[in-house]
Amino acid sequence: MTAPATVTFRIRRYDPATQQPPVWEDITIPYTHGMTVLDGLRVIKETRSATLAWRSSCRMGVCGSCGMFINGHPRLACNTQITELGTQLVTVAPLPNFAIIRDLVPDLRPLFDKHAALMPYIIRDDVQEMFEPTGEYFQTPHELEQFLQFSYCIKCGCCGAACPTVATDPEYSGPMALAQSHRYNADSRDGGFAARKQVLATEKGPWKCHYAGECSQACPKGVDPARAIQLMKRQLVFDYLKLYRQPCPSKVVAKPTEITRRADVPEAPAPTV
Amino acid sequence: MRDQRLWTWHVLAGLVILVFLGLHMTIMHLDTIFGFFNPGDAKPIDWVSVVGRARMGFFTVSYIVLLGAALFHGLYGLRNILFELGPGRGVKSALNVALTVGGVGLFAFGAWAAWAAGALARTL
Amino acid sequence: MLDIKGHPNRLGVWGWLGGGKWGLERYLYTLHRVTGLGLVVYFLLHIVVTSARAFGPEAWAASMGRVSGGVFVIGEFLVFAAFAFHASNGVRLILVELGFAIGNPIEPVYPYRTSVHEQRPLALGILVLAALVLAAGGYNFLAHLSH
Repeated sequence: MTAPATVTFRIRRYDPATQQPPVWEDITIPYTHGMTVLDGLRVIKETRSATLAWRSSCRMGVCGSCGMFINGHPRLACNTQITELGTQLVTVAPLPNFAIIRDLVPDLRPLFDKHAALMPYIIRDDVQEMFEPTGEYFQTPHELEQFLQFSYCIKCGCCGAACPTVATDPEYSGPMALAQSHRYNADSRDGGFAARKQVLATEKGPWKCHYAGECSQACPKGVDPARAIQLMKRQLVFDYLKLYRQPCPSKVVAKPTEITRRADVPEAPAPTV
Repeated sequence: MRDQRLWTWHVLAGLVILVFLGLHMTIMHLDTIFGFFNPGDAKPIDWVSVVGRARMGFFTVSYIVLLGAALFHGLYGLRNILFELGPGRGVKSALNVALTVGGVGLFAFGAWAAWAAGALARTL
Repeated sequence: MLDIKGHPNRLGVWGWLGGGKWGLERYLYTLHRVTGLGLVVYFLLHIVVTSARAFGPEAWAASMGRVSGGVFVIGEFLVFAAFAFHASNGVRLILVELGFAIGNPIEPVYPYRTSVHEQRPLALGILVLAALVLAAGGYNFLAHLSH
């Protein structure tokens, strides 16, 4: 699309103090080269509507704050070029399937509560070693590859906004929480499958996912939560059929004690911290 | 724990249905192409065809297996759709009871009908 | 903690049709639900209607007579069509939901190639399969109608 002279933002406005339902507001601003949706919102707030509210932080697609419903698709506002949308009318609404606090600010607390409920952290027996490490946990590149993709999640909520089950069911854990739970189940350093299974085998598990695939299509970081959820289902089904045995978590690799420096390798500089 | 079990059986029932319903559909709705188990020019729903199949123990057993698998698979699917509409806890419990009672009742009735048809066919 | 209720913003059942990128798989999911509901409703009635065979040829003829009108023939073809799609898509779902046709986790490099792309050939394949089964069933129905 050739660069337009102006661009019209159709923004979903909602002020909880007025007790009125959300309304659309059209604001036309000049387009500047390379303008993203987030840039446009900032221009609007500075020059046209000082009360406009949204969340943003890094403006470079790594913090996950600015997830919005832009021209009918959940996207990051900072990552979306106006010209990429192919139209001069940019419709910006808060992420669907989350309650609206104000204007473009969704209430993401249910997202984070469901995430926390599925234990997204390493669970091991050797708690002493975890807090006072004596060495590293051994992990091959192949083992890393089994969960690395899922660790790129920035918790923006775009997957939940796209998911048809989250659209109707407030109890469903959602793609983010399930994918992050699988990220730890698939981590060879983790020994917590038995603990997470107690929750995942109930209705909080992946059983309401029916592979519409929209979460993976919407994800701005390529995390592919749909893949994580299907792999989680395989793990849980095989566990029920007694075909799966959780491997032992990675062992600690102690630092070698007998090292001699090669003659041609210089000493490291002294630590400054 | 229950959801993990129910979903696994849902998938296994789907596999069973694939085989038995595939056979049933081939017999009933692809008869001019394949012509299985229908004597002469009889249509699959003619009494002579129905009796011919009912006499065979294989069909009595496979109808009962298909009935059980399809009732479980279908009612679990219906339960999924209804539960995903976000009903309250009381409604969910009531649905669980209604679907289980209805499913077991229909299975008992259908299994009896299959067995009784077999017994009747063997006297004719 | 802030005591904010927030304005409700769920898409509801419309979310089964839109809200994401409108991929093929979302529509296969919705159609799988619709055909599943149709098949369940038909099946519950089917158990009752076909139980008449346990009561002899007159009961069977009466039961079949009740469901032999023009509307029922069209309805039966729709049930066969629903079966053709639901079974073919079901095969795909068994493979995909047990993690078999979706590829292994990879380092995400833009443009992202997700599991949705990996299983797309399978999705198209099952649509072709469903179409073939439907064509065979349609031929059969027409053959019966012309007799």
